[in-house]
Amino acid sequence: MADPMRIRAAERDGVVNVKILMSHEMETGQRKDGSGKIVPAHFISKVTATHQGRTVLSAQWGPAVAKNPFLEFNFKGGKKGDRIAITWEDNKGETRTDETTIN
Amino acid sequence: MNHSRRAVLKTGGGAGVLGLLFAAGIARPGEVFAQGAGLNAFAMKSVPEALRALGAQGPAVSAAIQIKAPEIAENGAVVPIGIESNLPGTESITLLIEKNPQPLAASFSIPAGTEPSVSTRVKIGESSDVYALVKADGKFYMAKKEIKITLGGCGG
Repeated sequence: MADPMRIRAAERDGVVNVKILMSHEMETGQRKDGSGKIVPAHFISKVTATHQGRTVLSAQWGPAVAKNPFLEFNFKGGKKGDRIAITWEDNKGETRTDETTIN
Repeated sequence: MNHSRRAVLKTGGGAGVLGLLFAAGIARPGEVFAQGAGLNAFAMKSVPEALRALGAQGPAVSAAIQIKAPEIAENGAVVPIGIESNLPGTESITLLIEKNPQPLAASFSIPAGTEPSVSTRVKIGESSDVYALVKADGKFYMAKKEIKITLGGCGG
């Protein structure tokens, strides 16, 4: 299983700032390895962020998102101590969910 | 900061079922764009094709969309890009990179309560125009910015 994400969620004046760093190769499918064979595409294709079970952001990605993807967004309505969960799924069907507490 | 790491490790294992659903083809990338021409916009090889697949032909140019990115990026493998929309009723923000083999890079759905502003990092193969496509109140708007790349981020 892939390494855990690093998630930071901080509330200020009713707005929660969320920063996520995921661990993923994000292989484009364009690159060739040492023997000249194309390295198959392997990338996160879908990301969902939920706050107390409600989706606050969803994203669809292609392989152009950089290796070890970074994502930042802000939403209203969260407070300190609430839980944030982030789930990604990649094009090979692998998936990972991580959670953190807003502080 | 992260006291919840232990809990995270425990819950992580439960996500495997979703993965199986994806592997079985029940859910796949591109499904959000079913309202377009029913094509996978991510597979398209040019900006006009991608826009058609997104159901977003002829978006109006808008000054209310800001693309925050460097004018010149030294390393095309990691280019920070932020997109902010000041259009009321912003529903989605989509990023396209014209000269990439597949221009559509990322698309974000913005539910009510979430600020219409996202930041991420992308790969850009060569100096290229970058487009931010915003859907607001059912209509499409677009902004453009040129980013020069010193060292390519794709291939090689």
